[in-house]
Amino acid sequence: MVVSPPPGPVVVATKDLVKTFVVRKDNTLKERIVHFGRRGRAHRQEFTAVDDVSVEIEAGTTVGLLGPNGSGKSTLLKLMGGIVSPTSGEVHTRGRMAALLELGAGFHPDLSGRENVFLNAAIMGLTRAETEAQFDDIVEFSGIGDFIDTQVKFYSSGMFVRLAFAVAVHTDPDVLLVDEVLAVGDEAFQRKCMERIARFRKEGRTIILVSHSAAQVQELCDRGIVLKDGELVFDGGINEAVSALRDVLEGRRVGEKPPAEPTRPVEVTRIEVLDENGDPQKVFRAGAPMTIRLHVHAKHDLPTWATGFSIDTPAGQMVLATNTERLGRELGTLTAGVSTMDFDIQSANFGAGQYFINANASEIIDIDTHVLWQGARFSMAGNETNLGSVAAAITATT
Amino acid sequence: MNTSERFARLADLPFTTTDARGLTRPMRGGKIREIFDRRGLLGLLVRRDLQARYRDSVLGFLWTLIRPVVQFLMYYLVLGQFLRAAEGIPQFAIFLFAGLTIYSFFAEMVYGATTSVLSNAGLVKKIYLPREIFPLASIGAAAFMFLVQVVVLLAGAILFQALPSPVQMLWFFPAVLLILVYGLAFGILLSALNVYLRDVQYVTDVVMMLAMWGSPIVYSWTMVGPAFAQLGLPEWALEVYTNNPITLAVLAFRQAFWGAGTPADYPPDLALRMLVAGVIGVVVLVISHRVFSRLQGNFAQEM
Repeated sequence: MVVSPPPGPVVVATKDLVKTFVVRKDNTLKERIVHFGRRGRAHRQEFTAVDDVSVEIEAGTTVGLLGPNGSGKSTLLKLMGGIVSPTSGEVHTRGRMAALLELGAGFHPDLSGRENVFLNAAIMGLTRAETEAQFDDIVEFSGIGDFIDTQVKFYSSGMFVRLAFAVAVHTDPDVLLVDEVLAVGDEAFQRKCMERIARFRKEGRTIILVSHSAAQVQELCDRGIVLKDGELVFDGGINEAVSALRDVLEGRRVGEKPPAEPTRPVEVTRIEVLDENGDPQKVFRAGAPMTIRLHVHAKHDLPTWATGFSIDTPAGQMVLATNTERLGRELGTLTAGVSTMDFDIQSANFGAGQYFINANASEIIDIDTHVLWQGARFSMAGNETNLGSVAAAITATT
Repeated sequence: MNTSERFARLADLPFTTTDARGLTRPMRGGKIREIFDRRGLLGLLVRRDLQARYRDSVLGFLWTLIRPVVQFLMYYLVLGQFLRAAEGIPQFAIFLFAGLTIYSFFAEMVYGATTSVLSNAGLVKKIYLPREIFPLASIGAAAFMFLVQVVVLLAGAILFQALPSPVQMLWFFPAVLLILVYGLAFGILLSALNVYLRDVQYVTDVVMMLAMWGSPIVYSWTMVGPAFAQLGLPEWALEVYTNNPITLAVLAFRQAFWGAGTPADYPPDLALRMLVAGVIGVVVLVISHRVFSRLQGNFAQEM
């Protein structure tokens, strides 16, 4: 996590912002004429994408707009960028704004890389002289080399993105709007993007970013704004915002799919995370003991069974997993009904951040296992000395 | 620039406000000033249109000339010689080409502008630009093609020794100005409507084809009066026909290049008629820009 300088003056402010769309079901002239007037009302549907959102964003902050699909976060970004006009309310902005265009939206395939650089820079508001001064830097950053005078239609998609990104970051923006574009390009290029964004933050520029990747947002942002169905549900520190986002996503999941009746012989119904006193906890300190209690439900008596768990980061990367078989424990008869199984971790050496616990249970491990995905969540705190998903005691010597 | 300098500069800047009426910059001059400030971009967009058009073709810009020349030869031979329209019209070649040149300028402005916002969807959806810049850029490209044709026309007129007196050639300016006002008005309006209803571009195409025969381009204005009388149309029908801004522009443009014309070939008070049409055109332009401003707020969502 990069430490941002103290926030500066407000650069983007929204006031009671509302955006409603009319979705029409008739799209041809014929249908419009047939449905003209009062009968046409039935073929229109109103949809509120952003509902009464008021936020202020100070210069020098990096803000992530979070929310499930269709929550209005991209619309909010578009409103901030002046790309769509609000239905009511106001957006105030100042400073030079640049947007990271998706795959170089302003590029014309028939023009050469050089011509496209000038065109794209002009779109972002640079004058010709400013572009000329930056031109060599742009080409060097993009790594395009001699291909700069080739028509961009012959570029690989990677070269295309690199050139587009190079132009965007050289336009000296005060506010940079980023909409889901950092997921493109190869890993090295993504790294380069992240580094450049980190440098932007140090230079006091403001970045407003829409992303589905909670991990990416957590790495980059210091503030998160969570939207649900167009309404602001959370605005604050990024870690809390990601938690709020999880709540929103889980709430949605329950709404979409009610838990089914157990069909397998044995299933995990609940996961609890307990501290050394046996009390449920949500936050743990690095090195503290932790007990993971699985509640399993058996339809009938089973002669033998097995169970296990895994702990993932929000990005889905496994950090710890085990099961009874690995631990060399043969489990005896499981009686019908609800039973529990405790896994005691003597010291949980996880790095700061959020973690999810998945658990599975079956008659024999790996065959017809039932998995309860993300059955519990906890976060780690108190480890300031290192980053990453592992906590370790490190000393620096010369 | 370091952080504190940037913050100090930002703190002094006034806010740009976006509300239901669109984006308003905190300075005087409104949209015209805003577009003027982006003239560098406008120039690049015009160049992009032109450069991309004939990229990868061996003849390149020659195609700008080939198309109108072939069109001209076709009308000249078929209408002028086979159908004998040339009889009674001296210097028919120049007469015809002058009309075609100004009309195709209008048609290209309107048609190019109509599709301009949609064809720049990638930009419109991703970044704020004064959206008027897209129809303006395609009108700029049309203007360039028009100027190339004017050079050809001028060369032809010199070759056939058809040019009128230099004073009469000044009709060029009001003619172009009038057609430009109407081209802008319709181009801006239709570019916005086409985003919401794609039928507009096809309707425009058909209407532009028809409109060519609604103005004295391949025939002379003097033929219209008797023809209308023969059809039993009332007197005001000819007035309506004559005061059509395209007709007025064609007639004025012809005055500038076709020296063989006599005062009888033109309606009386041409200058006054053009002035009235021009004032109406400016009003239409203002209204169409209002409509454009209202509609542009949802462009990004409709594409």
